[in-house]
Amino acid sequence: MPSDYDPACLPDLLPLYYRRLFPFAQYYRWLSYGGVQKNYFQNREFSFTLKDDIYVRYQSFSTQSELEKEMQKMNPYKIDIGAVYSHRPSQHNTVKSGSFQALEKELVFDIDMTDYDDVRSCCSAADICSKCWTLMTIAIRILDRALREDFGFQHLLWVYSGRRGVHCWVCDEAARKLSAAARSAVAEYLSLIKGGEEMVKKVILTDPIHPFIRESLGVVKQYFPQYALHDQDILGRKESVDKILALVPEDVRRELQQLFQNERRPEQRWSQIKDQAKKKQATAKKGQHFEKEIMLQYCYPRLDVNVSKGVNHLLKSPFSVHPKTGRISVPMELKDLDKFDPFAVPTISLICEELDRPKADDEDKKSGDTKEKENENGVTEKRKNRDYKRTSLAKYVKCFDQFLDGMAQSWKGELLRKSDLQKEF
Amino acid sequence: MQFINRKKRLVPNPKTELYAQPLQFYGQPPLENISLSEFESFAVDRLKLLKTVENLGVSYVKHSEQYSKKMEAEFKTLNFPYRTEDGAEKRRKDHISHFILRLAYCQTEDLRRWFIQQEVDLFRYRFNDLTSKQKLDFLHKNNLQYNTISVQEKNQLKEKLLNSSYIVSGVTLENEDFYKVPFQDALDLVRARKVYLKDGYAFIPHNDIVTIVLNDFRTRLSKALALTARSLPAVHSDERLQPLLNHLSHSYLGQDYSIQKNVGKISLEQIDSLAGKSFPLCMRQLHQALRENHHLRHGGRMQYGLFLKGIGLSLEQALQFWRMEFIRGKVDADKFDKAYAYGIRHMFGKEGKRADYTPYSCMKVILSNPPGQGDYHEKLTPPLPELLKQKLQFYKVSPSGVNQILELVKGMHYQLACQKYFELTHNVSSDCDSAFSLSHPNQYFIESQKVLGGGKEMKRETDTSQRSQENPATRGSSAAPDPEVIESQHLAEMTENLETFFEDA
Ligand SMILES: [Zn+2]
Repeated sequence: MPSDYDPACLPDLLPLYYRRLFPFAQYYRWLSYGGVQKNYFQNREFSFTLKDDIYVRYQSFSTQSELEKEMQKMNPYKIDIGAVYSHRPSQHNTVKSGSFQALEKELVFDIDMTDYDDVRSCCSAADICSKCWTLMTIAIRILDRALREDFGFQHLLWVYSGRRGVHCWVCDEAARKLSAAARSAVAEYLSLIKGGEEMVKKVILTDPIHPFIRESLGVVKQYFPQYALHDQDILGRKESVDKILALVPEDVRRELQQLFQNERRPEQRWSQIKDQAKKKQATAKKGQHFEKEIMLQYCYPRLDVNVSKGVNHLLKSPFSVHPKTGRISVPMELKDLDKFDPFAVPTISLICEELDRPKADDEDKKSGDTKEKENENGVTEKRKNRDYKRTSLAKYVKCFDQFLDGMAQSWKGELLRKSDLQKEF
Repeated sequence: MQFINRKKRLVPNPKTELYAQPLQFYGQPPLENISLSEFESFAVDRLKLLKTVENLGVSYVKHSEQYSKKMEAEFKTLNFPYRTEDGAEKRRKDHISHFILRLAYCQTEDLRRWFIQQEVDLFRYRFNDLTSKQKLDFLHKNNLQYNTISVQEKNQLKEKLLNSSYIVSGVTLENEDFYKVPFQDALDLVRARKVYLKDGYAFIPHNDIVTIVLNDFRTRLSKALALTARSLPAVHSDERLQPLLNHLSHSYLGQDYSIQKNVGKISLEQIDSLAGKSFPLCMRQLHQALRENHHLRHGGRMQYGLFLKGIGLSLEQALQFWRMEFIRGKVDADKFDKAYAYGIRHMFGKEGKRADYTPYSCMKVILSNPPGQGDYHEKLTPPLPELLKQKLQFYKVSPSGVNQILELVKGMHYQLACQKYFELTHNVSSDCDSAFSLSHPNQYFIESQKVLGGGKEMKRETDTSQRSQENPATRGSSAAPDPEVIESQHLAEMTENLETFFEDA
């Protein structure tokens, strides 16, 4: 059903998408952050990728309607969001050099399935399937917990990238104000996988094992048997078994090779590895966490630190369309994370088609119609609101709304505090 | 040139008050008048001290026995207060000289960064050297109150606290205070996962308190320098002070490798062989990665591109070099001209802001590229001992040499590791003080070319130990004039009121 997307149709679909479906109101509400800080939306950089890979940086808009008009005119293939600058990005050339500076941005994380190629056997490169998607689920569970419990952030927006990965936008005020040094420290804290392709052993644990690593292991353990032992069958085929055995000490390796000759079931083989680890830990003074290291190497999230550390780094915007798959980059509901299916995310062709279907005759629509007649000015806004509600995009916009409502609570607090301060003077 | 005492203040015996402590936070500018000659000699001495801090920091493991020994010797030579035995006179010098250098080093971002880095290292050394009683006194006297957690909370978090730090054990936990600070104030500990984090707070054992104090010190100094920079017009209008301050700040930042002295002396055909002989490991790795993948990511392009510029590639050569390599990969010539040529011209200051970029120093390479996965553009990528080992073996470094380098890398002493690599591949020994303290990839290249160039430079090897002891301040920055020259310039004696420059600070 959603696989009917044809990239050749994108130029025809985008105008419809930006005219009738893109949730501009919510989008503007998000990036204005309640108006707590002046010019927060106005000084934000957007960049558009247009047809034929033409890349336009330093776009900025003074109002929601200006943003709408511009997007409807340009029909970008891809939208990226950058930092909030000291001046309007569209005027960056007119500002004295050196004074145009990136001041704030959400703390962002980018997790891309291509970085897991050495530990998944089902697909490679840009391909994903339901088997390896579990890696993204694990990544989100681990990072979401740590960002909330360890770092104390509350407003985390998780977004499916539209193809093979996920993004996280940490929107708390404290996160937006982090220095580059602080961002890289957070990203380093969260990074366990070290070394590029040539590196065999990418996780080395030393004593004591930090509480953060223990918590992360707790998450991995929930998924490991089904995902790694069953779906990826890491202890099945000879090549994959050899890859695992390369991660254990030499004497253990020899012993396990012996044992595996009489044992083919992956769960049993895994138990044997754990037994060996226990034995080693009992005799050795410290270290010897190879069973944990294997679990982490195969399941722990792989972060692109460079994306997170730069204040002025651009990241693909939520509700942007992925030009290759046609899928909308949608917010993810963490309550139902385990059920999230990237292949069920609507494509632009699907939702445009849904618009053309005959309208369901429900109460909601009728009341909407009468109101529309009452107020001429509100017509376009109302139609747009109703329009996305008739498509499969609706539940993702609703999720976005809930996220924004959560943040609005803290804006209110912040605005109150500010007005109290003013009264004092 | 005006030094008007705008306000007369009543100061209740400032010296005993100010100089009662062995170490200070430099919260208050000096309130007294000093002569220009004292002004000058204090400034030069502190510069020597800071330069030593920089050199020792790259030559020795910080806080190793040798590091401390050399540091102590330098304090004594230059008459700075060492430990508690020294009295008010030396403490006064410490105080005043620090503030003079603030004037000289607040002027640009680069100067500020250098100054802050050295002052922070100096402060760390001196703070660590205090007894725990003195440390507490210091916190108390400077009103540094950090929240400690209650005994209940400590017991509640016992397990987690124990597992978050190497320096806390079950025995010490009982008696040890834990401070609760926003994680942003303890980034070094957060980055290395050496502290327990909960709800945005870091729980720091008393033993690590230096982290918080240093963070505080760094923040205050950085703010103060920004404020001082604003009062700079007053300094600039001073005909006698201004040249002196400029001289001070220019002399000691180390060599600027952006000035191209060897443009055109290197042909593109030479690069492969030079990479094997005279490139530091980080650049050799980048070069190899580029040749293999016909591509480098932005960070790598900047780093390697600036390095190549520094060794003498002209803009035209650089464009040719990158284009040739990139079109072997996935990029065609047209795309290269559109997408990448701009960046290269930018490096040479021909596009955009037209800033002539300076090649990155080791400091910048290390600071701006904390280890990550899959990146080539790193200096001896720390978490890759196995990969590094293979590489070194491939480069025919002896097994014992490989081990020495790996040990240094394990301890995160990347510059030392790089220097070791230099010594091993150039057959020079470090038994005496090594010939130079490595602080820049282009410096590596220049030194390598000197060694490979013939006996002349080899000879230099033997004298340097002596020379560097005589005058450590000028080591590694051959362009810097001898500080004695500044000292010998005769300037009229006059009285100054330093305080006028720090009124906002
Ligand atoms: Zn798959």
